[in-house]
Amino acid sequence: MLAFGMPSSLTRGEVAQIAALANLELDAAELDLFARQLGDILAYADQVQRIDTTGVPPTAAVVTRHAADRADEVRPSLERDDVLASAPDPALDAGFFKVPRVIG
Amino acid sequence: MTIRETREAVRSGARPAAEICREALARIDASNGVLNAFNTLAADRAQSRAEAIDRDPQRWRRAPLAGVPIAIKDNICTRGLRTTASSRMLAEYVPLYDATVVARLEAAGAVIVGKTNCDEFAMGSSNETSAFGPVRNPWDPTRSPGGTSGGSAAAVAARLTPAALGSDTGGSIRQPSSLCGVVGLKPTYGRVSRYGLIAHGSSLDQIGPIATTAYDAAVLLGVIAGVDPCDATSAPEPVPDYTTALTGDLNGIRIGVPRALLEQGVDREVGAAIDTALQSLRTRGAMLVDIELPHAQYATPVYYLVSTAEASSNLSRYDGVRYGFRANLEPRTQNPGPRTPNAEPRTPIAESRLQQMYARTRAQGFGCEVKRRIMLGTYVLSAGYYDAYYLKAQQVRTLILRDYDRAFERVDVVAMPTSPVPAFRLGEKIDDPLQMYLIDVFTVSANLAGLPAISVPCGFTAATLPIGLQLTGRRFDEATLLCVADAYERDNAWSTQLPPTPSR
Repeated sequence: MLAFGMPSSLTRGEVAQIAALANLELDAAELDLFARQLGDILAYADQVQRIDTTGVPPTAAVVTRHAADRADEVRPSLERDDVLASAPDPALDAGFFKVPRVIG
Repeated sequence: MTIRETREAVRSGARPAAEICREALARIDASNGVLNAFNTLAADRAQSRAEAIDRDPQRWRRAPLAGVPIAIKDNICTRGLRTTASSRMLAEYVPLYDATVVARLEAAGAVIVGKTNCDEFAMGSSNETSAFGPVRNPWDPTRSPGGTSGGSAAAVAARLTPAALGSDTGGSIRQPSSLCGVVGLKPTYGRVSRYGLIAHGSSLDQIGPIATTAYDAAVLLGVIAGVDPCDATSAPEPVPDYTTALTGDLNGIRIGVPRALLEQGVDREVGAAIDTALQSLRTRGAMLVDIELPHAQYATPVYYLVSTAEASSNLSRYDGVRYGFRANLEPRTQNPGPRTPNAEPRTPIAESRLQQMYARTRAQGFGCEVKRRIMLGTYVLSAGYYDAYYLKAQQVRTLILRDYDRAFERVDVVAMPTSPVPAFRLGEKIDDPLQMYLIDVFTVSANLAGLPAISVPCGFTAATLPIGLQLTGRRFDEATLLCVADAYERDNAWSTQLPPTPSR
C-alpha cells in the first residue's frame, strides 16, 4: 500500500494495536520502549525500499527438491494421555485441554 | 580430546565410555558456575547410556560416535529431558519425542550429556536474551560467547565436550563459533532434518555441528544429515562420507573475496587475520578471485524483516493451552451479577478471560527480545505494510540469492569474516537492538540463500580473543567447505591453543 513515507517512529497507539494483533499484553514502559525501538529498526530497514525490484519474484523458501509426498498410511503417534499431561490444565478423563471460560 | 580420539579410545577398549562420560560431566560441573554454558545436565541418562556402550563393545565397534559426549542446544527436543529454548515459556517443558538429529546421534553411539544455554528461542547475537542468564566466553568471562548457540560454542571451546549441536537461523552456529574459537558449520537448507527443532524462522533454520576440527565437524555432519520423513523440507540428496573430502589439496579451488562488502566496517585486527588466512590458503594452492555480491549489504534488513515475520507466526503457538507456561489470572474484581434470561450479558471474545490468558501468558512467558521480534514480525505482516516490507524483503532475498548463484559460476567458495568484531563485552550492546542486529552482517545471507557456510578459527586479537574465517559454498557442497577448512587447519593449528580453565 505505502511505497514511500514509512514511519520512522511509531505512536503508542500503533504499538498497542500491534500488541493486540500479537496477543501480547504490554505495560506502559514497554509501549514506550517498543515505539522507539521498532521505529529505529523500521527506519533502518527502510533502505530496502531503495532497491529496484521490478519484476523480481519473491523468495519465500529455498527448498530445491523435497520429499513431501509420501504414502497416506496410518502410523503410530504420541499417546493422547501423554500429550494431555504436558498441558497446564488438562482434563485427562474427558480428553480435553481446559481454558478459562470464553462466554459470560 | 577430539571426536576422532575419543571414539578411537572407546572402540579400541583403551578407555571405557563411562569414564569419558564421568570426566565430561565433572568438567561441566566444575565450570558451569562461571560459564553458565548448560541449562540442564543429563548425568544419569548419560552415565547409563555410556555404561550400555561399554557392555556391548561389539555393537559399537564401527560406530562413528562411539562413546563421544555431545552437548545439545536447548532448543532441540530430547525425550524425557527438559528442553527450554532458554525461555520462561518452556522452563518446565519435557518433550515426548527426540528430534531426528538426537535419535541419529544416539544411534551412532553418542552420549548426550546435557542441554546448552542459548538466546531465548534462538533470538539474539550475544546469549544475553536467555531467561537463565548469559553464557560467558571461556576466553574472557566478561565477554559474550556470541549467540545464539553460545552455550554449545563455549562448551566446545572450553573442551567440556568434544562437540555440540547448535542451530543457525542468521548466524547462530557460526558467530558464536567464531567468537569462541571453534569450528561451526551451518549446512545447506534441507541438508539436516529440522524435526524436533523449536521453530524460529522456518525457511532459515538449520541444525549443525560445532567442534574443534573440520574433521570432527565432517563426522558429525555425516551422522545428522539426510532426508527425514518427519521434515518435508529435508532433502533427498545422498549424504557422502564427508571425511573423504579432507585431502589437504586445494589446487584448482577458487576462493571468491567480496572486497566491497568487507568495506562495510570490519575491525582492524579481524581484517588483518582474514587477509593472512587467505594468503595461507593461496600458499596451499587455492586461487583468490575478487567477486561482487552487490545486494549482500542489504542482507541484514532483509533478514530482520523475513525472520521476524516467520517468528511471529511460529511463536503464536505459545498460548498457555497445550504445553508450556500459563499465567494465572487474578479473580474477577466485579461480580457480573444476576442475569435475566433474555438479556444475557456476553463478554466479547476479544476481552474474554481466554483472550486475557493468552495475552498475559505471552507477556510473562516471553522476554524482551522475543516480544520485540514478535511485534516487528506482526507489523511487517499486517495489512497495509505487507507489500512494503515483507514482500519487498522477499524480492531482495531473490536478488541476494542470484548474486551468490552468479558468484558460484566463477568460484567454489566465498570467503569473508564470520563476525566483523571479536567477542564484545556482556552488556555492551544489549540495550540497543539495532546495534546488536548489525553484528550479523556477514552471516545472514547464507541463511537467506539457503547455502552452507562454515566458521573456522583463523587467529587471535592482541587481547587473545578468537577470530573466525567464514567460508560459504554451493548448495549441498559442504564437502568443499570442509576440505578448505581442513586444509587451512593443516597449516594453522589454532585449535591447539586453549582458553584458561574456568574455576568456580
